[in-house]
Amino acid sequence: MGIAAMLGTSIKRREDPRLITGQATYVGDIKLHKMLHMAVLRSPYGHARINSINTQPALDHPGVIAVYTAADLKGKVGDVAVAVPIGHIANGMGIRGPLAEGKVRFYGDPVAVVIADDAYTARDAIDLIEVDYEPLPVVVDVEKAMQPDAPLLYEEFGTNIAHSIHPPSDEMDKIFEQTKADGGIIVRARLVNQRLAPVAMETRGVVADYRKANKTLTVWCSSQNPHILRNILSAQVGLPQHQVRVIVPEVGGGFGSKIDIYPEEMIAAFASMQLGRPVKWIEDRSENLAVTVHGRDQIDYVEIAATKDGRVTGMKVHGISDLGAYSQLFTDVIMIAFGFPVSCGAYDIPVHLWGDIVFTNKAPTDAYRGAGRPEATYVVERAMDLVARELGKDPAEIRKINFIKPEQFPYKSSAGAVYDSGNYEPALEKAMQIIGYEQLRAEQAQKRAEGKLMGIGISSYIEICGFGPKGSAPIGLYESARMRVEQSGTVMVYTGSSPHGQGEETTFAQIVADEFTIPIENVLIIHGDTDSTPEGRGTYGSRTTAVGGSAVFNASQKLKEKMKQIAAHMLEASPSDVTLEDGNFSVAGSPQKAVAFAEVAAVANTSNTLAPGIEPGLETTVFFEPDACVFPFGSHICAVEVDKDTGEAKLLRFVAVDDCGRQLNPMLVQGQVHGGIAQGVGQAMWEEVVYGEDGQLLTATLMDYAMPIAKELPDYELDHTVTLTPVNPLGVKGVGEAGTIGSTPAVAAAVADALGVPHVDMPFRAEKLWKIIHQA
Amino acid sequence: MTMKRAITVTVNGKQYHSEVEPRLLLVHYLRDVLDLTGTHVGCNTSQCGACVVQLNGEAVKSCTVLAVQADGCEVTTIEGLAPEGSLHPIQEGFWEKHGLQCGFCTPGMIMASYQLLKNNPNPTEAEIRKGLEGNICRCTGYQNIVRAVQYAAEKMQTSVSEPVSAGD
Repeated sequence: MGIAAMLGTSIKRREDPRLITGQATYVGDIKLHKMLHMAVLRSPYGHARINSINTQPALDHPGVIAVYTAADLKGKVGDVAVAVPIGHIANGMGIRGPLAEGKVRFYGDPVAVVIADDAYTARDAIDLIEVDYEPLPVVVDVEKAMQPDAPLLYEEFGTNIAHSIHPPSDEMDKIFEQTKADGGIIVRARLVNQRLAPVAMETRGVVADYRKANKTLTVWCSSQNPHILRNILSAQVGLPQHQVRVIVPEVGGGFGSKIDIYPEEMIAAFASMQLGRPVKWIEDRSENLAVTVHGRDQIDYVEIAATKDGRVTGMKVHGISDLGAYSQLFTDVIMIAFGFPVSCGAYDIPVHLWGDIVFTNKAPTDAYRGAGRPEATYVVERAMDLVARELGKDPAEIRKINFIKPEQFPYKSSAGAVYDSGNYEPALEKAMQIIGYEQLRAEQAQKRAEGKLMGIGISSYIEICGFGPKGSAPIGLYESARMRVEQSGTVMVYTGSSPHGQGEETTFAQIVADEFTIPIENVLIIHGDTDSTPEGRGTYGSRTTAVGGSAVFNASQKLKEKMKQIAAHMLEASPSDVTLEDGNFSVAGSPQKAVAFAEVAAVANTSNTLAPGIEPGLETTVFFEPDACVFPFGSHICAVEVDKDTGEAKLLRFVAVDDCGRQLNPMLVQGQVHGGIAQGVGQAMWEEVVYGEDGQLLTATLMDYAMPIAKELPDYELDHTVTLTPVNPLGVKGVGEAGTIGSTPAVAAAVADALGVPHVDMPFRAEKLWKIIHQA
Repeated sequence: MTMKRAITVTVNGKQYHSEVEPRLLLVHYLRDVLDLTGTHVGCNTSQCGACVVQLNGEAVKSCTVLAVQADGCEVTTIEGLAPEGSLHPIQEGFWEKHGLQCGFCTPGMIMASYQLLKNNPNPTEAEIRKGLEGNICRCTGYQNIVRAVQYAAEKMQTSVSEPVSAGD
């Protein structure tokens, strides 16, 4: 294994020059000849029947080319894709075409589209469409939606519950009884992960360009996965796969919200196919807050049993996942497939899981940074703190007692996941040392004596990522790399990964530069275009380096071997005696007899002097499919102070010690942790999607949806441990989501600690905290 | 259809004559009429700051300015912050300190930082964080943005750099 000089260095990103000068192309920047613009008319109601739609006034408006409703799409465009339809969803519940038919089920549900000469005209014209709505009763509370008398989104199914997993709990009940009998404790809580909006700074957008003569469709889209988009979209619009090309330009953030294939992309493609002209749609921020998938929205009832010495004997979790009004790609499985498997967190404890997934009159939920793991981590971490509180023990101590021990890896958890590697206590120790835990507790005692409200919270998380092995998804979550060493000795790498800020144009080049011992300037990483890249799966789930990077590494190994063969022939030596160092192939022990990397590349590409039996060229395509997921981990510790008079919580310090295995570029790793923490803290402190009882979205602009801003956040004090994974040749885990997963429970613990109460639901708004303080 | 108005705007040192609807936003004028797509639209309520440009030497959110308001004015966008082929110290700072990931908020963040340092060439960390309260970033968690601005502040105190103007 040749991981050497370039890897582990914090070099600057190759992506940056175009981004810092405003020269990058995002989908909103694309202008094509004869391009048309699309605007979407959306439901103002949370639940209503559509009695009629009159599009004529819009059609009559100057500059309007076409207006489409569901009737126009029938038989021509398929349904919005669901990857793994479970329960009633497999029978059609929650499945819909791209435009509402007969009924709207959430505020913002798309009803019609206008195609016009320019964006302002299209926007003017949607106001002219007349829709006769008959409002229906609305349900936005997921537990109310589970009641027998709840308004039904899908009357034909007689319920809003799409699927339930209710295994018997006899074994766990016995454990609980025994624990109680032995003088142990049982603690219960209702925990809420509130609905969030991903809010990538670039909203969604698409340009669809259909050429009638060739029957080819080109789609530019702000997407996290060009190949998945291509495969699904081609099927939905009835085009053969090879006639569709997807190009992902610069993407301004995704966080999971740009994985799905949304209605607007399907409709833009359809419109372009009808009209034979490019059709562009760029989402505005209010649309984005209303209809781009929301995250979280899960209620968990947890019961946890522990001996009086703090050893947890078992935990019961009943999770209720609020799907919103429809299922999109992973909506129905976020809790069950991503969260449930890691319910026991970093601890060697048996868990019993119950789940319900339920439709409500809100936007569909789906993956959002962490996707199921933040919820699962929040539940187990809060439960651990409740045990600590009940027993009068330090939360750090309770964690140490229950951690999975290093000798237990690979660890098969009771919830199903097999953890690859881990060493949890050193990370916690390190975090405690960095924050000065003992002194901090002393400071807290001092402040409490002065009547101040200071809290300290710990979160020791694990997470599952690097998707994934066979069976982890219906479509196989391998990743690909096509690598070409050119005549000049430069290297082109085409990856199926689709980074959108994570920096793999840099880190993948570091891998290649290291393997070939050539200057990094000689390596170019290409991604995003389904015409040039091999079949891939994209960037989400903290998989790009672990899976995509491993494909790049393996491709470079293959070509290195072939180059050694060629070099051996040039050096009149045996391939097994040839080494590659400092850009030269030479015979081990005789460095004076060497051929340069570029010389070997030239010989391979010009072929005339190649040894017989060696195929010309230096190009290979590799698909890497890991045998397992990877499990990053760490400990976050947070100190907060709450102002008694205003209820305002302020973060004093935030320490994060994360372990993502080998770090290829530490600066980029830290960047991911910073951003992840900001989003996790955002959930804890400020963010919440709010619907009125009538189904109106109350957080429809950034005036109302509170985003983290610079002055509200502290500096993050980071450190790390390195526990390699055996799952891939690089030894890397993932880090994109870890910051978000680990940070939320630390803040929640700190605020509860500050107020001296067992638990406070997020977000920690001043009014809420003030009421708690002044109730006491 | 409303009558269009004739406007003359100098952007990054170059004069443009255009006919625009009165309701056309400055950000759309820059992006769609002048093809200067470096300035971005990130929201619709002037919260996010992705659209920040300089208008007659002052930072404005170009999504909340009408193109007709810029008639007779000078505008500097991200594309005009430094002569082609060179980088302004702020741009350098963002590169050196990894002050960007997806890059979408970055032009506005840089232009806002430019104004911040014009007003306060030697800001404290708290002053930087407060000074950028009109700009939202979802990727970086802000820490490296602060470092980038600190880098630029230090560099700018030892050298002078001017954005592209009518004199170039």
